Amino acid sequence: MKQKLVVIGAGMASGRALEHLFEMAPGTFDVTLFGAEPRGNYNRIMLSPVLSGEKTYEEIVTHDADWYAGHGVHCRFGETVTRIDRKKKMVHTADGETPYDKLLVATGSAPFIIPIAGRDLPGVRAFRDLDDVNAMVDAAAKPAAQAVVIGGGLLGLEAAAGLQARGMNVTVLHLMDHLLERQLDPAAGHLLKKELEGRGMKVHCRAQTKAILGEDRVEAVLLEDGTVYPADMVIMAAGIRPETRIAVDAGLHVERGVVVDDAMQTSDPDILSIGECVEHNAVCYGLVAPLYDMAKVAANTLLGEEAAFKPVETSTKLKVTGVDVFSAGAFQGGDDSEDIVYRDAARGVYKRLVLKDDKVAGAVLYGDTADGAWYFQLLKDKEPVADIRDRMIFGQALLSADADPFSAVAGLPDTAEICGCNGVCKGTIVKAIGEHGLTDIDGVKKFTKASASCGSCSGLVEQVLALTLGDGYSGESQTKPMCGCTLHSHDDVRRLIMAKGLKSIPELMQALEWTTPDGCSSCRPALNYYLLCAWPGEYVDDSQSRFVNERHHANIQKDGTFSVVPRMWGGLTNPNELRAIADVADKYEIPTVKVTGGQRIDLLGAKKEDLPSIWSDLNEAGLVSGHAYGKALRTVKTCVGSEWCRFGTQDSTGMGVKLEQLTWGSWMPHKFKMAVSGCPRNCAESTIKDFGIIAVDSGWELHVGGNGGMKVRVTDFLCKVETEEEVIEHCFAFIQLYREEARYLERTAPWIERVGLDHVKEKILDDAENRKALAERFALSQKHAQDDPWATQSRDPELRRTYEPLREKVIA
Amino acid sequence: MTNWVYIGTLSDIPKRGARKVKALGCNVAVFRTGEDAVFALEDSCPHKQGPLSDGIVHGRGVACPLHNWVIDFETGEARAPDVGCVKRFAIELRGEEIYLGGALAAASEEALAGAEV
Repeated sequence: MKQKLVVIGAGMASGRALEHLFEMAPGTFDVTLFGAEPRGNYNRIMLSPVLSGEKTYEEIVTHDADWYAGHGVHCRFGETVTRIDRKKKMVHTADGETPYDKLLVATGSAPFIIPIAGRDLPGVRAFRDLDDVNAMVDAAAKPAAQAVVIGGGLLGLEAAAGLQARGMNVTVLHLMDHLLERQLDPAAGHLLKKELEGRGMKVHCRAQTKAILGEDRVEAVLLEDGTVYPADMVIMAAGIRPETRIAVDAGLHVERGVVVDDAMQTSDPDILSIGECVEHNAVCYGLVAPLYDMAKVAANTLLGEEAAFKPVETSTKLKVTGVDVFSAGAFQGGDDSEDIVYRDAARGVYKRLVLKDDKVAGAVLYGDTADGAWYFQLLKDKEPVADIRDRMIFGQALLSADADPFSAVAGLPDTAEICGCNGVCKGTIVKAIGEHGLTDIDGVKKFTKASASCGSCSGLVEQVLALTLGDGYSGESQTKPMCGCTLHSHDDVRRLIMAKGLKSIPELMQALEWTTPDGCSSCRPALNYYLLCAWPGEYVDDSQSRFVNERHHANIQKDGTFSVVPRMWGGLTNPNELRAIADVADKYEIPTVKVTGGQRIDLLGAKKEDLPSIWSDLNEAGLVSGHAYGKALRTVKTCVGSEWCRFGTQDSTGMGVKLEQLTWGSWMPHKFKMAVSGCPRNCAESTIKDFGIIAVDSGWELHVGGNGGMKVRVTDFLCKVETEEEVIEHCFAFIQLYREEARYLERTAPWIERVGLDHVKEKILDDAENRKALAERFALSQKHAQDDPWATQSRDPELRRTYEPLREKVIA
Repeated sequence: MTNWVYIGTLSDIPKRGARKVKALGCNVAVFRTGEDAVFALEDSCPHKQGPLSDGIVHGRGVACPLHNWVIDFETGEARAPDVGCVKRFAIELRGEEIYLGGALAAASEEALAGAEV
């Protein structure tokens, strides 16, 4: 008599197992197949193209009625197994009992539904089976329908792309910092986001979904930060969990998934399990390749053959038309691994290989995945790559090229495009060099326009020059690179930020082909400033790219403690503030209290963990951050002026207070100091300040570019103005010109020496329109800058916590 | 045998950032790289004992906030031209949870010890 095999779940894993079974030993088993869906096995991973309309359901069916009939399978589709009776070896459904000799549990996985309000509203769906796809297609029939997809993983993005292809307006909400964080590193994730946004999709990372809103059906999605996205349909694609309910009820050993051994046997020898519902060696699988391996092992086990499941490396590709993404192995890197990074901004290509012990340990490819298979093979074969590591990032095709540093360029055909902006290819440049006897990049620019627009290909052009001229190329670009992470100079980077509309550090590093994964301590603070200056209110400050003083809003001292300087507007204070400072000094055992050169009081030796409490205490007395720690507006030093002084000509204190209230909080290329003196005796030392003002009877003299530091420089006289409004407008315009033009860590004195006072005068004095425009840009950026960072840091419990050390917790 | 102590979760440490932990009789700086690898060093620069946990994390190293020495996470050594070495500690990630183990041998000793590490 034939053995009775009952299979619970008619998905891809069990389908494959049955194929093996019928192939290896036809007629051995009498098979009954239960499936909760009212249809047989289809290629679930091809649901994405069905959703997008690129395929039909019929095209993805893997086993049709004829196949089941031909193998004598009793199909019980649409019938849910409610219970397994292991004693009697029966499975129960609503319609009755079915006996088994061997049972195969292949219940797969269920979508993880985030436990938030509104999750049960009509219009909220998962993306798991054909019914989901049909519901999505129906929803997309409504004109201008809105869809919100929760989850920016593989499934979520495929759903989003499919819904968009069906004509819906799609928003993707993703909890993590970047899309596909399990498959891609931040740089590639960022490229993907840009690509999707370019197609009109809205992508919101770090999005915490708070609730799904709606009366009778879904109407909108609300985020924790208050953002509301209207929605006619919400797709939950926030992950899957193994579907183990029936196995748990049957008393099988279940952890995260149904626990199986190498032979796919569960804790009951007559019950096997395969697919997404199982857990093997503490790992659950969700990709198809290992599930197919399990299917083969299970078929062997059922037939009494010895077989063992060995997990192998898997690679992932995103199935979104026109988006090439590939990842494999330990692409995040780990201990002792190294990175090889290749970026080609113009083509939107990013490749990263992670090497460990001279072998490929992981790969992330974006934009050009042609070599994915090759890298994956090297990874699986554990092939030593020491001999090819200097060239392998360029792909298998170029492996034979000479191993010189220009091999990438040398290996390019003449038709390869070098300058994307002007469509100039390599052959054109080589020809122009020969015909016109060009020897430098400016010549190439002139004759071919290559690198004459955005300039991001200038490195490549230089390589073509060097390659063509050989020793005849004297080379080196005129401008110094920012740091070892890039060939671009500070000025180039700032220009390209505007030209290319770069709005974040990862985006910038990709577009400008940074050679390190996340920069260094020299370029990151500079980039953070440049982006902050370029996109006020829009750029999200990256505190981890700031020097410790700006990150902790206090000045680090030689022993690792900090100094705290509250702001005193124009150098004015009062008994209430002084009492608060004295109380803080007592309460937090501040060892040294000192008056600074900028007319402030410095509390030295504060412990890092006390900083937030010190700030709340000071805040209570109305004292705010003095920014003594920042590349920012520091102080406005004043004399007492006409209010008290018998020589004073104007209210210099009042002017100083006003200027400080208008300019505090602004981030600058370097620190920025101001002073206002009430008469030419200049008691506030205005002539060694970045912006100094000296009052005279008939108005205010404005001086710029002074420095009292290592290299003393007396200010240059800029002009004399009459009214307070004029003082403010000139001050704003000068600050903004400095903010926009100076290089990071360049004070006003060396900046003016470099560009010349005439340049400053031309921009600020000769061109009244430009002065107004500069002043307006500064005013705009101040709107987003004037929040007291001490209050922000000390009021937020999450931020406060970061000032405290972590504590070890011994676990018994 | 290593005694692992639980010190917190990945989310306690900012990406490209660090937190200080008082453990094992000293201050330990625990770093999280841009790619979520976690490393632990003694929180004291070999140069002038600056708190490395307050430095800028980039790649697999940290720039000391006092004088910008760059210390490599994998070896504990200062990158050229500077010379010096700090104590490294073992870290184990169990999912999101971070466990701190004992001090590791200096990188050069480890190389001598070969496969026995």
